[in-house]
Amino acid sequence: MNRRIELVCPAGSLPALKVAVDHGADAVYLGFRNATNARNFPGLNFDDSEMRRGIQYAHERGARVFLALNTYARVGQWSDWTRAADAAADLGVDAVILADPGLMHYCRERHPALRLHLSVQGSATNPEAISFYARQFGVQRVVLPRVLSLNQVRYVISNTPVEVEVFGFGSLCVMVEGRCALSSYVTGESPNTCGVCSPAKAVRWEESGSSRQSRLNGVLIDVYAPGESAGYPTLCKGRFIVRGVPDVSPAYALEEPTSLNVLGILPDLLRSGISAVKVEGRQRSPAYVAQVTRVLRAALDACMRDPSGYVPRPEWVAELDRLAEGRQHTLGAIDRAWQ
Amino acid sequence: MKLSLGPIQYFWDRDTVMQFYARIAVAPVDIVYLGEVVCAKRRALNATDWLDIAGRLAACGKEVVLSTLVLVEAASELSRMRHIVENGRYRVEANDMAAVNMLCGRERFVVGPHINIYNGETLRLFSDLGACRWVPPLELGREAVTELQAMRPKGMETEVFAFGRLPLAFSARCFTARAHGLPKDDCQFRCADYPDGMELETRDGLQFLALNGIQVQSGSTANLVRELPTLRAIEVDVLRLSPQSRGMETVIDWFRRAIDGRVDPDEAARALEASASTGPCNGYWHGVAGMDWLTEFDP
Repeated sequence: MNRRIELVCPAGSLPALKVAVDHGADAVYLGFRNATNARNFPGLNFDDSEMRRGIQYAHERGARVFLALNTYARVGQWSDWTRAADAAADLGVDAVILADPGLMHYCRERHPALRLHLSVQGSATNPEAISFYARQFGVQRVVLPRVLSLNQVRYVISNTPVEVEVFGFGSLCVMVEGRCALSSYVTGESPNTCGVCSPAKAVRWEESGSSRQSRLNGVLIDVYAPGESAGYPTLCKGRFIVRGVPDVSPAYALEEPTSLNVLGILPDLLRSGISAVKVEGRQRSPAYVAQVTRVLRAALDACMRDPSGYVPRPEWVAELDRLAEGRQHTLGAIDRAWQ
Repeated sequence: MKLSLGPIQYFWDRDTVMQFYARIAVAPVDIVYLGEVVCAKRRALNATDWLDIAGRLAACGKEVVLSTLVLVEAASELSRMRHIVENGRYRVEANDMAAVNMLCGRERFVVGPHINIYNGETLRLFSDLGACRWVPPLELGREAVTELQAMRPKGMETEVFAFGRLPLAFSARCFTARAHGLPKDDCQFRCADYPDGMELETRDGLQFLALNGIQVQSGSTANLVRELPTLRAIEVDVLRLSPQSRGMETVIDWFRRAIDGRVDPDEAARALEASASTGPCNGYWHGVAGMDWLTEFDP
């Protein structure tokens, strides 16, 4: 009997939620339209009424709904976060995804029946840290940062009773989530403080005769030659010069613009005992969510049916690559031999 | 107001570390944080070496705190952390929830800047768990720290990161090895060649960031000496200075004199600019981009 892995898909809007559910998501995750979630982008997310409709739509079709309240509550605005937690409990979401220990404590006290998931922003990378959240707040699932190798994921799973969810597809954070202040260093706003990274309002494109430049709050992130495809200037994915090495030509010193894609190792992940695979991308369009959900649904079903006979089909890989940042993918840290 | 010396972020060789702390033993800092916080592979000093240094510093009247690793992934790292937690003599700074889990309910401990406490409710929770001092996340500025000071539980000291390159991010990837075209598993300890990190510049020459193994630091050196009047007014207990390879005693000295009122903070700021390895920044404290350097503000 093979384990079942839950497919968790992003819903940045009601239409995205519907297509995710229609294309086979077991669960969707979403957020309120404010700074309480880590995709606080203009035009995204849900108000109370949309959330009510979204939850109903998902539940009627057997899908679960997780609410991301995964930023750190700002001092002086604590009630914005507790109001969101209260609303989540009232609306009947299946779990809240939290990062702030104070908010977890609040939920544990006020809404003991509410299921708690630890957000990737909670930076739990080892069983002892996970044990903290389980002991103190009764956290039932943890989303692992995208920095662990497969061996490390196995080590975590075999040493914690808490369910483990890993990222399967989407933009790749090379830094430990919840522990990266690069965005606020450059722009004043970060995932932890504002639910944003490299915010669009700080982006400026400059065209000159021979090149195109992207800047973030004035800092030059990248320069593109004519005809070269240009990506969003997430600051860790720019080209920079590192001093003190023989080669001082501009390079992706931190990370390439690329997407995470675990299609190639789904059987290993299944055997490792993960409970869920998460798709990144609440900022993406419904069309994107539909395509990624459809491909991952097919791949997961094939893998769960016959793990040893599973091979990722070329058309799945091609379809996901077309959607991937920089049109290329990587297994990221999960494929490393790191111990 | 006390002065502390944060843990060394870089990979210095054993002799350099020993000599550094021999000088620190007679420098006017009150608290010294010891131990490797960035990369578990760096083992130029073993546990006995660190405890020797701790003993010598304690004998000179310093409060010694043992700091723990920030990014913890392996069982071996957890077992080393447990040794630190169970040292039986010195207070411990927790930089990961794993350390908090080992410490809570048994010891009073310090919460380092990489534990995310952004509000008074979380601060109270950590106080209940046994924290006796906390270092606010680097992103938090005057406005937030002031509000949190008003909410802080009894017996909780506040320590603000006041000088040094800011440890902004941590990764599973080793950026130093990557810059040398080496895999992390065969890094050849290249980070030992960069005692203040590797400079990362933008293509138009801005000294933007510094690479220090798996850590990314600010290109500029944070400096809050000019903010001393505010820091004192809101009753911050400790200012943390982060070690750099050169001139650290001079840095300590200027801060000490500024705290004691023997020198004007503006004069100290000007002098410290000469002692810092890179240009200054104080943006986080003023609620703007961390890299900014504000010179016109209401102290």
